[in-house]
Amino acid sequence: MNVILIAVIVLGSIGLVAALILFLAGKKFAVHEDERIGQVQEVLPGANCGGCGFPGCGGFAGACVKAADKGSLEGLLCPVGGQPVMEQVADILGMKVEAAAPKVAVVRCNGTCESRPRIAEFDGAQSCKVQQMLGSGETACAYGCLGCGDCVAACQFDAIRMNPETGLPEVDEEKCTACGACSKACPRGVIEIRLKGLKNRRVVVLCNNKDKGAQTRKACSVGCIACQKCVKVCKFEAITVDANLAYIDAEKCKLCRKCEDECPQNAIHAFNFPPKKSPLPTSPKGGGDKSSDY
Amino acid sequence: MNKQDTKVTSVPSPHGGSWRGATFHIGGVHPAENKLSAASPIRVAAIPKQAVFSMFQHIGAPAVPVVKMGDEVKVGTLLGEAGKGLSVPVFSSVSGKVNKVDAVLDSSGTRRMAVVVDVEGDEWEESIDRSDTLVTMKDLGNITAEEVVNRIKAAGIVGMGGATFPTGVKLMPPPGTKAEAIIVNAVECEPYLTADHRLMLEKPEQILVGIQLIKHAVNCPKAYIGIEMNKPDAIKLLTDLLKEKAAQYPGIEVVPLKVKYPQGGEKQLIDAVIGRQVPAPPALPINVGAIVQNVGTVYAIYEAVTKRKPLIERIITVTGKSVKNPSNFLARIGTPMQQLIDEAGGLPEDTGKIIGGGPMMGRALMSLEVPVTKGSSGLLLMTEKESRRGEVSPCIRCAKCVSACPMGLEPYLLASYTRLKNWDGCEKNDVTSCIECGSCAFTCPSNRPLLDNIRVAKQTVMGIIKARHMESITKK
Repeated sequence: MNVILIAVIVLGSIGLVAALILFLAGKKFAVHEDERIGQVQEVLPGANCGGCGFPGCGGFAGACVKAADKGSLEGLLCPVGGQPVMEQVADILGMKVEAAAPKVAVVRCNGTCESRPRIAEFDGAQSCKVQQMLGSGETACAYGCLGCGDCVAACQFDAIRMNPETGLPEVDEEKCTACGACSKACPRGVIEIRLKGLKNRRVVVLCNNKDKGAQTRKACSVGCIACQKCVKVCKFEAITVDANLAYIDAEKCKLCRKCEDECPQNAIHAFNFPPKKSPLPTSPKGGGDKSSDY
Repeated sequence: MNKQDTKVTSVPSPHGGSWRGATFHIGGVHPAENKLSAASPIRVAAIPKQAVFSMFQHIGAPAVPVVKMGDEVKVGTLLGEAGKGLSVPVFSSVSGKVNKVDAVLDSSGTRRMAVVVDVEGDEWEESIDRSDTLVTMKDLGNITAEEVVNRIKAAGIVGMGGATFPTGVKLMPPPGTKAEAIIVNAVECEPYLTADHRLMLEKPEQILVGIQLIKHAVNCPKAYIGIEMNKPDAIKLLTDLLKEKAAQYPGIEVVPLKVKYPQGGEKQLIDAVIGRQVPAPPALPINVGAIVQNVGTVYAIYEAVTKRKPLIERIITVTGKSVKNPSNFLARIGTPMQQLIDEAGGLPEDTGKIIGGGPMMGRALMSLEVPVTKGSSGLLLMTEKESRRGEVSPCIRCAKCVSACPMGLEPYLLASYTRLKNWDGCEKNDVTSCIECGSCAFTCPSNRPLLDNIRVAKQTVMGIIKARHMESITKK
């Protein structure tokens, strides 16, 4: 009888002490998680694509709550959910968001099989990353698309596909969420996440070649040679040439398409414009049959 | 190789028994040796009409050009000074006028900064001793260890086996370490290449003086020359020479090694010669008391210290099954590869791939205008048939790659992890230890591009580790 009593007392007191320690530790090391994080996470798409720049939707929700405590949600955007989701997030956090302009992925290379001749053959692992490590790829252009489809593999929304005829990836604008996964996957930074533009219309330099003009010309017939003609013709100062490559600032561009006509290399392309009408008799320049309707 | 030849190569080992056929203990493969040019003596290649000196001929920061267009240069004139951090200077190997300082296509397949010189005549800097007489340690008098290292650094010498690590840095062991054995890498385990083999046959005594200089520089009494047994003539020549002049060259020993790839890998060679294993990175060979130098580097050290000659020429093997005269050239650095091919009998019609270096670790060249660099050990013209990779089929889990890996890794696993982007898994499985020898891909019966994938993982994981390191520094 005595033995049982001792055992009960000893075990009971050990249990009490342990419970006390656990209780105190639980108080001292308590992790307080903001309940708003869970609420925000619920309205997010849950794709965990990382397009927002945070590790998954949970990370983004945490960042939103932190930013809201500081007073502004600026710079935070879920590219997949877009504006509607951000508004919901703002509602939960009692904030307001300004309308963010929609964006889309743009492949800045037009080096098709025809315009950019192959000078070598690569028969290693079919991956752009591997090719990039081994040299300039199959063509003489060290900046353009390598054509192995790392971007296609990276896209979680089936919005980018290789075109077997051109050997270049093509973006499905309706499916593209501008999450930027393809842009990150491209070892050459060919893909740019760019403003969608008014009525989805954009004028873009489809080239990424930073070599000097003469060198670019040898590698590709539609590469930017940094001749500056587009810079001169642009009235809105939207075009700059940096490191032998022209770039059109989408925010300044007024979609006048003058640069497109001026470019001697046909490196500037306009997307989603209605087909050009037959040239006016007064127009000094002919043309109008540029294949820009992607 | 017949049996009689190998008999003379047996040398008593200090650990009892004999050295005969020592080798490393994990993995390894034995590709067909194809040493086509082994019997062809070193020929001096013609001076090119135009020479290209890349500023990226070594590991580390690129050299910084100090000449400009129109400058007159001589043989031995400084073209690019060492950059910040790990770097070496670059010297002109020709005399003439600087044509341009611009980005030029080099053996990396990309366009990088280089100095292009139009050659006029062959005028040398006066400080260089061009005589052929042998200078011994005695002739050098009381040269200090510091002076030896300084002359090596000033000459722009890098590891000439292909890794191109600045030699001067290697000869300054970090505090807390001590060199206990110099190991001269004369293994030349890459198939086809014979540059080191010919050098040993033609300049044996210069190499021995070079070894003495290294021993002096790091204050190490013992040196070994590791030679694979498919070069019995070189083993015999050096062993006899050491026996004959034992008093003049003490503490140097020739170690015949079994023929096995990648024995020329630094860690494999240390294992084979002194039986020590270098731990995983960031440990270095010096952590186990070893300094490994390629035999070509040793010769360059000899020339730099005794003749004050910077690294301006090297021996390069031009070879291939269809090449008319597989040859070993003493070529000026900057010579276009095209010229060497012409001198070896022209480009064979059935060429499918041109590789800078050997077939196992070399790199396919995009153009023949690519110049000879400090690390160019060979130029291999593969026939169209040889150069094709086989059709890739699924992994059958035969584990041949695991038995072949000289670093004890599991290549099939690392390659799968790479495709799944499981970088944590790659790191845990020591992808950073990979020496990129290609034994796994060579042995794979399914022709899987194992090394291609592992290289991606290695680069990515090294980037992750570096980023983590930087983060921990900034936090502190």
